[in-house]
Amino acid sequence: MPSDQFQAEAEAGRLCLRFSGPLDSTIAAARWEETHQAAKGAEAITLDARGVTALDSGGAALLVSLAGADAEWQEPEDATARGALDRFRKGVGTVKPPSQHRRKLRPIAALGSLTLDLFRRFLERLGFLGETVLTGLRLVPRPWRLRWAEVLRHLDEAGTQAFPLCILLGTLIGVILAFQSSVPMRQFGAEIFIPQLVGISLTRELGPLLAGVILAGRTGSAYAAEIGTMRVNEEVDALKTMGLDPMAWLVIPRILASTLVMPALAMVMNVTGLIGMSIVMAMLGFPPVAVLNQLQQWLSVEDLAGGLVKAAVFGLAIGYVGCRSGLSAGRGPRAVGDAATGAVVGGIVSLVLLDGVFAILFFRLGW
Amino acid sequence: MAGEPVPDQREAVVSVKEAAMRYGHRTVFKDVTFDVRRGEIFVILGGSGCGKSTLLKLLIGLMPPSAGDITVLDGDWAKLQGDAKRRLLTRIGVMWQSGALLGSLTLAENVELPIEAHTRLPAAARALVASAKLGLVGLGDAAERLPAEISGGMVKRAGIARAMALDPEILFLDEPSAGLDPITSAGLDLLIMSLARETGTTFVVVTHELQSILAIGDRCIMLDKDAQGMIAEGDPKKLRDESEHPTVRAFFRREAM
Ligand SMILES: Nc1ncnc2c1ncn2[C@@H]1O[C@H](COP(=O)(O)OP(=O)(O)OP(=O)(O)O)[C@@H](O)[C@H]1O
Ligand SMILES: [Mg+2]
Repeated sequence: MPSDQFQAEAEAGRLCLRFSGPLDSTIAAARWEETHQAAKGAEAITLDARGVTALDSGGAALLVSLAGADAEWQEPEDATARGALDRFRKGVGTVKPPSQHRRKLRPIAALGSLTLDLFRRFLERLGFLGETVLTGLRLVPRPWRLRWAEVLRHLDEAGTQAFPLCILLGTLIGVILAFQSSVPMRQFGAEIFIPQLVGISLTRELGPLLAGVILAGRTGSAYAAEIGTMRVNEEVDALKTMGLDPMAWLVIPRILASTLVMPALAMVMNVTGLIGMSIVMAMLGFPPVAVLNQLQQWLSVEDLAGGLVKAAVFGLAIGYVGCRSGLSAGRGPRAVGDAATGAVVGGIVSLVLLDGVFAILFFRLGW
Repeated sequence: MAGEPVPDQREAVVSVKEAAMRYGHRTVFKDVTFDVRRGEIFVILGGSGCGKSTLLKLLIGLMPPSAGDITVLDGDWAKLQGDAKRRLLTRIGVMWQSGALLGSLTLAENVELPIEAHTRLPAAARALVASAKLGLVGLGDAAERLPAEISGGMVKRAGIARAMALDPEILFLDEPSAGLDPITSAGLDLLIMSLARETGTTFVVVTHELQSILAIGDRCIMLDKDAQGMIAEGDPKKLRDESEHPTVRAFFRREAM
């Protein structure tokens, strides 16, 4: 296919590819297929670039890829083009051919490394748990070693700043629960028991659980992202080399804050939920006094206290999972995102698991 | 030394007129005026925090100056939009002070990124160009690695390779040799000089490296934090030998002030 810019001629067993004129990325892209078709199957290639007047990287890539390893070159006469080609070949020349085994899929080896990876992660988690407990215990006799200012900051961030959200969600949940249960209850004329139903499910279950979900989403992920970023920026290593224990410095204040803050969040959920329920009851024609009476009669301090203890344990778990997720973050920017996701998912899973444990425990204790 | 300074006839590819930059109420610099001519290696000097990176961001159109005009290759960033702006962006290359490689891509993929976005070259060609560019900065054997797996100096060099991916007419480099060993750094100087001399690529380089400034710099300006602007302009060797300004003298003699 002769043309002004490119000609292919077979002469004495050699294929001569001749280029002329300017050869830039646009031309190279347009002619890539055609030229490679022409060169296919040739035993020996002579690359005649004498007439090339201008060359950019795309053009040089075309020439070099056509030439392969052992073509005979006829260099461009134009000095600038020759320089560009030289530089390109010099750059490519220093490149090691990429190793191929990276791409191969080996199922058995992959399974093995996955298992080992899981086991290693399990050990890591166990180690982290042990370290956290030990550091926590070591701080008990020397509470002044803890950075209380940091604890306060986290209390504010995880607690006070989450109150509006808790108030909103709590009220809505109270309204929804009361409203939904009013329909079947009305069939039995048992609407007066709605406060009991909502009160018990809120204080024992939903208050702590929803507060936990809020904490996992707001605070657990923030812990992971914050500590993860510090790890990526080598700030955690810097702390270590300054002789500061990242556990005592970063982890314990956060876990302490999340543990302390959860009963408060759960309490806010409880109270606002009951208020929401009272609103629905008022709409159904029951005065607040009747609702209060019902609550007084049926809701025990044990219900409330059990829920708050549960909340504190949830807080501990969520704070712990968030910090661990952050500290075990890998390197690179994606690591921070992964850590935050891990914190939320891990937090919510541990929340539900712990809730199950508590259900069995309370049942055995007869609460 | 040459006697009479010959007025430079080459066209100005970057032209800055009375540019000023403020962050909030704090002025970083004002009244900055200079031209960069085609094929020249132009160095921006100054102490840490004097606004070199900021000036570079203005030059590449990342943010508008608080006052003044900036023209690059006959395009005024403030007036360009859409395709025209994209086209101008393919004609310049930028290396960030921090490297700014995309962490989820390998070095080769990082270099291929602009090629993929702006040309129709097939994958094989892109890979070959990426290899050539990485090879030129001495990263031929690290093409398949992720940015998180290489050293700080290697990140810098990969950033330069990416900036060169489209054979730009102007390369803006923010501290290319910071964090490099003297041998690699000298190799980089050679590469910059050969690109400038042979292909007519223009370089705008922010650097502190005295040796590098004197070796490659055709012309320079010096910014100063206290003066909130330019305190010197000209051939770095002349400034070293002849400048009367105390800060300029201290800079070139590596003296504390
Ligand atoms: N986004 C920003 N907001 C507010 N101030 C900024 C911002 N970016 C930079 N500055 C300020 O502008 C000044 C100049 O910053 P710049 O990064 O340009 O310095 P530089 O000369 O590149 O310094 P270095 O040599 O350390 O890189 C500094 O005082 C810095 O604090
Ligand atoms: Mg800077």
